[in-house]
Amino acid sequence: MPESSLEIKDTSCSSSRYRMSSLRQYSQSSVLALPMTRNPYNMPTISAFCTEDNVSECIAYINREVSSLGFPLLCTESNNGPELNLVTVLNNVYNLLQLHRRCLQTVEDIEVEQVKSNSNMDYLQLSNTRLKDQLELSKRENTGLLERERQLQLKVKSLHNCLKNEKEEVQKLQSVIASRATQYNHDMKRKEREFGKLKERLNQLLIDKKDKKQTLEVLNYVGRSDGKRSLWKTGKTEARHEGEMYTTLLNDYDSRHKHLLMENAELKKVLQQMKMDMVTILSPRKPSQSGKKHDDSLEQASSEEDEVCDSSRESLELSCEHAREQLTNSIRQQWRRLKSHVERLDSQASLVGERANMSAIPKEVHEEEMDRLKLEIQQYKDFIHTQQQLLQQQLNFPCDDETASLLNDCYMQKEKERLKEDWKSFEEKRKNFEAERRNFTEAAIRLSHERKAFEEDRATWLKHQFLNLTPFGDQMKPQMSKSQSALSVWAESEVRPVSTPAKLNKSLSHTAFSTSRASPAKTPPTADLYRTHRLIPEKSPSTIHPKQDSSILRNGDVPAQLRHANGGANRRAYTFTGDRNGSI
Amino acid sequence: MNFSEVFKQSNQLCRVSPDGKYLATCVQYRLVVRDVNTLQILHLYTCLDQIVHMEWSSDSLFILCAMYKRGLVQVWSLEQPDWYCKIDEGSIGLVSSRWSPDGRHILNTTEFHLRVTVWSLCTKAVSYIKYPKACQKGIDFSRDGCYMALAERRDCRDYVSVFVCDDWHLLRHFETETQDLAGVEWSPNGCVLAVWDSCLEYKVLLYSLDGRLLSTFSAYEWSLGIKSLAWSPSSQFLAIGSYDEKVRILNHITWKKVTEFDHPATINNTKAVVYKEVERKPVVGSPDLSIQQHITMGSTLFNTQSKYEICPLPVQVPVVKPDLDRANPKVGVSSMAFSSDNRYLATKNDSMACVVWVWDMQRLGLLAVLEQTSAVRCFQWDPRRPRLALCTGNAKLYLWSPAGCVSVQVPAEGGFQVQSVTWHCSGDSLILLGKEQLCLCYMEVGEEEDDIK
Repeated sequence: MPESSLEIKDTSCSSSRYRMSSLRQYSQSSVLALPMTRNPYNMPTISAFCTEDNVSECIAYINREVSSLGFPLLCTESNNGPELNLVTVLNNVYNLLQLHRRCLQTVEDIEVEQVKSNSNMDYLQLSNTRLKDQLELSKRENTGLLERERQLQLKVKSLHNCLKNEKEEVQKLQSVIASRATQYNHDMKRKEREFGKLKERLNQLLIDKKDKKQTLEVLNYVGRSDGKRSLWKTGKTEARHEGEMYTTLLNDYDSRHKHLLMENAELKKVLQQMKMDMVTILSPRKPSQSGKKHDDSLEQASSEEDEVCDSSRESLELSCEHAREQLTNSIRQQWRRLKSHVERLDSQASLVGERANMSAIPKEVHEEEMDRLKLEIQQYKDFIHTQQQLLQQQLNFPCDDETASLLNDCYMQKEKERLKEDWKSFEEKRKNFEAERRNFTEAAIRLSHERKAFEEDRATWLKHQFLNLTPFGDQMKPQMSKSQSALSVWAESEVRPVSTPAKLNKSLSHTAFSTSRASPAKTPPTADLYRTHRLIPEKSPSTIHPKQDSSILRNGDVPAQLRHANGGANRRAYTFTGDRNGSI
Repeated sequence: MNFSEVFKQSNQLCRVSPDGKYLATCVQYRLVVRDVNTLQILHLYTCLDQIVHMEWSSDSLFILCAMYKRGLVQVWSLEQPDWYCKIDEGSIGLVSSRWSPDGRHILNTTEFHLRVTVWSLCTKAVSYIKYPKACQKGIDFSRDGCYMALAERRDCRDYVSVFVCDDWHLLRHFETETQDLAGVEWSPNGCVLAVWDSCLEYKVLLYSLDGRLLSTFSAYEWSLGIKSLAWSPSSQFLAIGSYDEKVRILNHITWKKVTEFDHPATINNTKAVVYKEVERKPVVGSPDLSIQQHITMGSTLFNTQSKYEICPLPVQVPVVKPDLDRANPKVGVSSMAFSSDNRYLATKNDSMACVVWVWDMQRLGLLAVLEQTSAVRCFQWDPRRPRLALCTGNAKLYLWSPAGCVSVQVPAEGGFQVQSVTWHCSGDSLILLGKEQLCLCYMEVGEEEDDIK
């Protein structure tokens, strides 16, 4: 039986996987069938091995074999010959079976292993071939690239040569051009000289020629346009001409000098005014408006400015080098301060802008309001409709009445006459009105003309006024008026901020925080407007309208911030007006 | 706006006297002097040949008529119609003739620019100035008539001579640092002389009256240079138009560039207004035209009407690419004019022949662009008001003022094509010159006078 199984194993080694599996089944079945020992397939071999006749030999043989394999002996040597020990036989058989099974198991494992390694091998071979291909390919590519590089290098070399040649060519051409230019210039000069000579010759010839001379036929000579007689040319005339020339030149320089002086004075005035504006803008800053940390420094600065201002005013009158330097320096300082301040305000404003976006009226509230308003509109429409209907009814009824009255003629007659009279009177009135209206239109036209003239007068007067102004004390009056006008502009700007800061805020919020635009903030202008409305008139939030209040008090720390912004905007407005003043 | 009847003229010779009283026109060899207001003929003079050049003397008493081919100049007097003067330059020839500012001397340039002959009408004196240079603008008189600058060329070098016009005394004579001087022009205040080089080199030299070199300006090198030059009436600005299609403005204090006006093909300057002339042909026999209208429109019926439309920016201006291989390519700023109040500058770039640019000199920026349907022939500022008149060689007159733009049909019979326009010195009327005709155009004075008052 082991032999047969070995045989089977041998065949299975070389067999395909399919046969292997079938074999396994078969072996398993054989294993299962073994205990029965009634397997029809095994029967012949067994029968061939052991027959009734050779049992003892068989037993002896088996015994020997078994002992050689290290199993306990099957038969014990007893007195009446070898006696088969059934228990050991069974044990041995069982052991053998176990061994057989284990062997089969290991065989199977090995087979699997082998299959695996086979497939592995296949894979590796495949990949190997692929890699080989790749290698080949890259080698080929490499050679190709090398070839190309070589070609390119060749090309570069040739191009270098070309460039060199071209450069040489250019140089040659340049030299040619230069030589041509010189030649041309030379030729030109030569030609010109020849031309000059020819001209000279021609001139001479023409002078020498007698037949057709230049002539002037005049009936009688006319007097000079200035009525004077011409003077003899003497040394004096030359001196006179020189003198005249220099006087005209001097006059020109004088006028120019005057213009420059005037311009200078104006510029100085503007500078002064700008400085004043700056001082006034920078000095009245309240600690509540911008954080306390800047305050002390700024106040210090303002006091400094005042000093500088005074000194510069003196210096303006001196208008010497040193003073000018001082003035410009102080202006520069203040400008720097103003710039930093504005920048700070900008940053604050942008912060506030962000907040404003946050605190904008939520969409739901908006929609609610819209719905409510729509409803109201609908109501009003209905109302109007009913009213119209009522009116129609009322109109219809009197119409019937009239038809009734039409029946009695007397009424009618009277009415007609009355109407005619009325008509006449109306006609007259209309004519009068017409005439009056014409008069009025004429008057209006005249008025508009007058107004235009007046406007122009005023403009010229203003211009005059402005041009006549000097920053010095010699013309105190115009200066006063100027300052007044400046004040009036200021007053305007103070009245106006309701609209301007809103705009400014809007722009700020849009520019500085364009990212926050996506949030439901299409309404910031109105919010800003509210805010400005609420905050401009007074600093305390007591006058806030309840509705706006509710919208703003949603986030607690907003009011203070808003006041900042508002202050900033206010100041911004001032600076703008100031600038405008400066530029005017 | 009213138009006078049409008169004949030849060679575009039609001049209003400096005092604004008379209008002199040449018809072949006849000189006709009319009263400007009544247009009645006051005098009629007959010259010896067809008149080529005609000029009023500064005091409006004499008229010079030049016949270059014959080398003849005839002078006529308004006060004494019998008086005559004939100058014969003889075989030396004549290429140019002009009055001196005093109106008593005549300067004749001979052929080949051999010399300038100064003939005096007061005395028998004849003086010669040698070596005048043949160039774009070789002679210029200062505005007050005191001085004359003359470009000279001797020994291959450029010189400028400054003469006192009173007695032709040579005041200054100096060499200029130019390769090939192209022109001289006095500033309107007569104290600065601008001298510029030929187009081969961009160079402007500014000389004081006493011959000192004040400044030199050159914007670039190795390219075609200056094409035109104009002083502002206040002498404050000097505008230089060049072949690079730019106008550079110099100031009168440092003589440095104040600004640069570019003439781009695409206008997207938001401060500028672009007026575009749009032509529309009248529909003949349209039902809404009554017979009367037909009759009144008779002359204009076959002409196209046009109006200006304001174009939304950006605007693409038509550009004609010049042939750069030929001499004097049609590119660059060829004509410039300041308005009388110094406020505006009108320019024309040759590669955009249909367009006139108006610049604001206060803002130093583009103010208006006038795009015409055909090439602009000539433009001139009103001597009194900021008002620009231009013509394009058709039967229309165009006017621009800061308030807007109008196109006016000239109601003259038979194809009156306006070749050039000249303002009367009062600014109340315009002289329109056609090919062989002329016509006066009267502005409506009343309203504007009111406006001014």
